[in-house]
Amino acid sequence: MRLRSIYTDRIASRLMVIMLIAILCMPLVIAAGLFYKASPLLSSSSLWELIAGSAWAPTRGVFGFRPFIAGSLYVTLFAFLFASPVCLLAALYLTQFARARLVKILHPVIDILAGLPSVIYGVWGILVVVPLISFLAEDWFGVQTTGYSILAGGVVLAVMCIPYMLNMLIEVFRTVPAGLKEAALSVGATHWETVKHIVIRKSLPGIFSAFGLSIAKAFGETIAVMMVVGNSIGFSLNPLQPGYPLPALIANNYGEMLSIPMYDAALMFAALLLLVIILVINLVFRFIIYRTQLR
Amino acid sequence: MKKRKLLEERFFRYLTGAAAWSLMAILLLIIGVIFYRGFNALTPDMILRLPKGGFYYGGEGGVLNAIVGSLYIAGGATLLAILAGFPAALFINVHLIRFTRTRNFIRYLLDALWGIPSIVYGAFGFTLMLLMGMQASLLAGIITVALLIIPIMVRTFDEVLSTIPRGLPEAAFALGSTNTQTAFRVIFRQGMPGFITAVLLSFGRGIGDAASVLFTAGYTDRIPVNLDEPAATLPLAIFFQLGSPIPEVRDRAFASAIILTVIILIISIISRAIGHKFK
Amino acid sequence: MQSTIAISNLQVQAGSQPILTDINLEIPVNRITVLLGPSGCGKTTLLRCMNRLNDLDKGLKVSGRILIDGEDIYADGVYVPGVRQKMGLLSQRPWPLPMSIAHNIAYGLKLKGERDKRQITHKVEEHLRQVGLWDEVRHRLGAPATSLSIGQQQRLCLARGLAVQPSIILADEPTSALDPTSSKIIENLFRQLKQQYTIILVTHILRQAKRLADHVVFMSDGRIIEQGPPDQLFTNPQSPQLRDYLVDGN
Repeated sequence: MRLRSIYTDRIASRLMVIMLIAILCMPLVIAAGLFYKASPLLSSSSLWELIAGSAWAPTRGVFGFRPFIAGSLYVTLFAFLFASPVCLLAALYLTQFARARLVKILHPVIDILAGLPSVIYGVWGILVVVPLISFLAEDWFGVQTTGYSILAGGVVLAVMCIPYMLNMLIEVFRTVPAGLKEAALSVGATHWETVKHIVIRKSLPGIFSAFGLSIAKAFGETIAVMMVVGNSIGFSLNPLQPGYPLPALIANNYGEMLSIPMYDAALMFAALLLLVIILVINLVFRFIIYRTQLR
Repeated sequence: MKKRKLLEERFFRYLTGAAAWSLMAILLLIIGVIFYRGFNALTPDMILRLPKGGFYYGGEGGVLNAIVGSLYIAGGATLLAILAGFPAALFINVHLIRFTRTRNFIRYLLDALWGIPSIVYGAFGFTLMLLMGMQASLLAGIITVALLIIPIMVRTFDEVLSTIPRGLPEAAFALGSTNTQTAFRVIFRQGMPGFITAVLLSFGRGIGDAASVLFTAGYTDRIPVNLDEPAATLPLAIFFQLGSPIPEVRDRAFASAIILTVIILIISIISRAIGHKFK
Repeated sequence: MQSTIAISNLQVQAGSQPILTDINLEIPVNRITVLLGPSGCGKTTLLRCMNRLNDLDKGLKVSGRILIDGEDIYADGVYVPGVRQKMGLLSQRPWPLPMSIAHNIAYGLKLKGERDKRQITHKVEEHLRQVGLWDEVRHRLGAPATSLSIGQQQRLCLARGLAVQPSIILADEPTSALDPTSSKIIENLFRQLKQQYTIILVTHILRQAKRLADHVVFMSDGRIIEQGPPDQLFTNPQSPQLRDYLVDGN
């Protein structure tokens, strides 16, 4: 009996370690798999040509990812510019000014919205954001546009990121100890001065990380952006023009990639690029959080 | 001086309040708009019937294939993820309980894993599928989605396990139980409600994700009976129907969006109720 | 100028739960008044009422009056930060603000509107000297305040409070996180400071109360049970609660 339980303990423990190691190795395995599929492309053209090149002609075997990378960055930038100030202010309100009861009601709402599938946000974008941009562009600037644009992608992405960013910021501001705020209040700071000088300063690494992680999330978001961004190749700085972010490129062309040589390698390379960029951002900002938690 | 400070105080109180409330308004507007637009097209047929011939041109039928397909894929993936994720989470919280640094480092890696976008999992799943000589199928979809939700599962399990008071496993050790006995008897019983919420959360993520099944699950108008048959999914049903120029079909996309939203809402409400009951 | 504190009919409730009942108290000027009592008796709440820090606990309902220099601090339209600047606060553990040592002291001055750099530097030195910290930190005024030892941090917090020119010091078990040596330094500082300041000290350490008190207020269950000079209270307690407390506390 005793022996048997020791024996099962050994086996079970071993199984657990194997599972854990397998899970932790997942990004490496994924990267290796994608690299394997992308290698024909990498052997035919240099990494720099791929990333910096702007010509895109799959049938001729020419793949330059610059417009797609630029499109991704541009959409993400807009999303960040829209989402971050509002989230910062809202998180401050919910943690510093609002009644605890209100936060108790709103928190589940934020959680539910964070769990909504991205396709739903995309549907909303098509129903509201795209027509609105089309209307406003014509009304204010006299520009004819369908509304499917970088700007629409940015807005939808911003809204998608809001619950995610807001949750993290609330968590960050909550960890500022009450005693610290009381210390500032007791030397005569107003409530807002306490928030401005103490809460925000103390939370800076956390805010920074929440922003970073949200950017990473926005950068990899696929379906919702793809539904509203227009998906046309050729990068333009005008946000009312359509764009073509990296994830949308992968998702849109999976159907034909097997019929054109090297096309699958190119798309897998795009996925690899996405993985590396996002994993690096994640590791860096998570590390900042991890370090500040230790202190 | 005083007056300026009070004014500033009030200004920011209102500004932050306005930000918070407008966010809530926008977010609720999303659900509102979708319900408003899709409601008319949401007939019992939509939920209860498979697409008939010409469905994508405005013909009869519903999206039962996609509903069932999504449930199959999310269900299968959740099962796989539990099998892989549960032992891993247990290991972190039982065997590694005295190794705080290792544990923190593993959590750090898992958190970073969580951030990998689903399109990357989709592309990888596709590669894997070709490598194994499979077709786009239910099984390929399940595996890909499982990979996607494993980090979520492990991390939420881990979160539950780490809130179990430390004294419990230690008391069990003291009574002479082995690691595994400790793991299963003591911790499992304590953490049950937490596990259910974690499972439901992952299940919800599995149902809603589109980018990972785009390559791997395929699409079909039938309900798959075998693992090697392709399966339709709800997010993709919405996506494809929206691509149609025909107004009726687009309306059905909105109706399908309601169905998906309601499923997600139900899951989230159930998990919340369970969480509350056991707290 | 010396401030007077007079509390009359103060009641504090959390929901329907009374926390403080019928508090009537006059704090003697330039003395150390010790609020003594078992934990949970409401002494900390009473202290936090005096500078309205309990405004942060949104569930609390306060009625009655606290007059500081004859002005009711709970009246409408009172400028709360102004009230708080009349008192320095020392809490159970030091809370250095997330800035440098010098900026910690200067923070309150800047809030008051002081812009003159020379004046600020001068004040920083003056108040660091006042708490005997100057010689220890004069070469690293720009270092983060968290780099100080915990005892030094508590003295820094005292200096920070004194820098806004209060006439009252509120101290909530200020030595509970400190080692014996640092505690002694703080106690000695209090003895010096009472020449110029009215000090209100919350403590549950009976010996500390005996060492420092000029006036003792014994509280239990949210009420003031007895108050008076320490000799009288400690040698001849009138109430059974205090008698029990003195026996257990020794």
